[in-house]
Amino acid sequence: MRYNFRNIDFVRKSKGFFIASIVTTVIGIVSLLIFGLNYGIDFKSGSSVDVAVTKSYDASEVRTFLDAEELGGYTLTTGDNRLSIRFEAVLDEAQQQKLQSDFRSKFDENASFEINIVDVEIAKEQERNALIGILVASIGILLYITIRFEWRFAVSAVVALVYDAFFVITLFSVFRLEVNLPFILAVLTVIGYSINDTVVIFDRIRENLRFAKIKSHEDLIQLVNTSVSQTLTRSINTVLTVAFAAICLFAFGSESIKMFSLAMIFGLISGAYSSIFIASPLWYLLRRNAKQRKPAKVQNAP
Amino acid sequence: MKRLLAFVFVVVVCFGLIAWTSPGLLNSTKLGLDLKGGFEILYEAEPLTEGGTVTKESLTQTAHSLAKRADQTGVAEPEVTTEGSNRIRVKIAGIADEAKVRELMKKPAELQFRSADGCTSATDYCKVELDGSDFVEGAAKVQFDEFNNPMIAIQVKDKEDFAEISTRLVGKNLAIFLDGELLSDPVVNQPLTDGNAVITGQRTLSEAQDLAEIINLGALPLKLTEKYTQSVGATLGQKSLEETAIAGIIASVAILLFMLIFYRLPGVIASICLIVFVWLLLVVFWLIDATLTLPGIAAFILGVGVAVDTNIITAERIKDELRSGKSVASSLRAGNKHSFRTVIDAHITGIIAAAVLFYMGQGAVKGFAVVQLWSIVINIVTNLFLPRFLLHLLVRSGRFDKPSYYGVKESEIRAL
Repeated sequence: MRYNFRNIDFVRKSKGFFIASIVTTVIGIVSLLIFGLNYGIDFKSGSSVDVAVTKSYDASEVRTFLDAEELGGYTLTTGDNRLSIRFEAVLDEAQQQKLQSDFRSKFDENASFEINIVDVEIAKEQERNALIGILVASIGILLYITIRFEWRFAVSAVVALVYDAFFVITLFSVFRLEVNLPFILAVLTVIGYSINDTVVIFDRIRENLRFAKIKSHEDLIQLVNTSVSQTLTRSINTVLTVAFAAICLFAFGSESIKMFSLAMIFGLISGAYSSIFIASPLWYLLRRNAKQRKPAKVQNAP
Repeated sequence: MKRLLAFVFVVVVCFGLIAWTSPGLLNSTKLGLDLKGGFEILYEAEPLTEGGTVTKESLTQTAHSLAKRADQTGVAEPEVTTEGSNRIRVKIAGIADEAKVRELMKKPAELQFRSADGCTSATDYCKVELDGSDFVEGAAKVQFDEFNNPMIAIQVKDKEDFAEISTRLVGKNLAIFLDGELLSDPVVNQPLTDGNAVITGQRTLSEAQDLAEIINLGALPLKLTEKYTQSVGATLGQKSLEETAIAGIIASVAILLFMLIFYRLPGVIASICLIVFVWLLLVVFWLIDATLTLPGIAAFILGVGVAVDTNIITAERIKDELRSGKSVASSLRAGNKHSFRTVIDAHITGIIAAAVLFYMGQGAVKGFAVVQLWSIVINIVTNLFLPRFLLHLLVRSGRFDKPSYYGVKESEIRAL
């Protein structure tokens, strides 16, 4: 198996991808403004009760039971040997105990419970901290790449990074997927991966720059295209293996990291895409405009 | 031949070590409550009296007292940490009677000085004279009398009130209770008018220190409210662990197969190094006494992904050099040299991101960042240096010179 990418013109094709990405971003902003995010239990005050049962049960009986418990509004999701209940109210300890013992005596002696109670403040604070974290990390990455490469690489990489994070948020907003604390972890991981992916391609561009004689825009386009195609096998193989791991987690992993895995899958694909179709062409655009002024810069690149 | 033997030796030693230590390592890896069952509570502390403040000192003291209480229940290793300026996080894994422990944890340390004034008998201390909030915060100290016996000096906030009490109780007992339990019942020797008092009768220094600490705790009763709780049943945690482990195994097998088929000899080396990577990460977990939780496992699997990427970058680079017509030995040198810089740059940006998360995050985010940081560091050792070393041994042995061993066809090689 060997991919041949010699003849793909990534830079010129990028216009279409730029437009597509801008459109997705606008959709994301609109969707966020109108629908917002579908916050899960971590961001809404309330209680989530997950029950693993060893016997089969009847969903309607459970409903009757829950209505009788009088714990306020709830939603019930049922699975084979598992059911989750969302209460809008924050259950206190006594209510939790009662619910557990009543359920055990009525349905299954060996039922196992997972109960989460949350206060909105904590989750909101975590979300805010994560945003600040992304900002601080971006500045750090910006500085590092500026020192090791040059500022144009840094700016392009951070644009791609922010795009990836926002892309995952957009998908979760548009498809109304549940946003919980692990989602924040996933977005942060995606950023880490995205920057890793971009740096590898930029590193190749920098390397090729050292020996290239850039005389025209054409040469620069050629250089970016060559660099991207030289690293493309690696980009594809990496995203295949890492995404495969995330897909395994999604398909077979435990309930509590399903949404995390899903966000990772979206983000990994977006990360590979943005490195090739956003970051690299963007660097070209920034570099092209600077070219006339500092033609000697190329040779001095570290 | 020597080098081939060295290679076999290194691999056998590595795998021997892994086979020998793995069962023990896996057993001693501490599982978090999401994998084992247990509960986690995040408390927010408020001062009990109006206008009071929560100081860093009072917060750590409260956390200390919570840990002590949890210990008393015989629960294995409760984890009590302070967070920010006014929060305490308590994690207790694998307990049977959750309700009882929770009840115990929530009660504020209730310190009372009681007398038998107006009670039925002289040892029935029914009248509460002072409580924790009447004492000056942190003022209880251990001192020594002229015979070098330890005693505890305390200070009260309201001198007049204390003077009245001590005058009334001269010759009688003033008993000290913590959470309804009698700690000590010293006799009042004289009226105390300056707000200072000493408690004598402690037999040992450590006993005196304990009591002083308790009085200080009682003087700083913080009101705790539960802000976030997570409680996981034991079988449910077990199930999460099993499911996640199965997903991990399937993913690992697929990744190893992919590397073997696609990259041949470097793929074999990569597979060896990936296994060593996972093992070493477990060793570090054990060394730093970390607790494995679901976010940790997620970061762990991501770490494997990044480790695979490192191997792919190097292997691809070697392929490129081979295709350009270089010999296997010089392709290896050039490939390693070039991929090194790339991987280091990519990893340092990763470290920056993880370090920011570690610094800013709390709870799950922090745990995730720790695993991410460690996996990057170990990745540099096991997937950058180790493959290079192993591959060099093989290539220098002179038995692996065919480009096809590296997944490169003869037809792809450019003539120089």
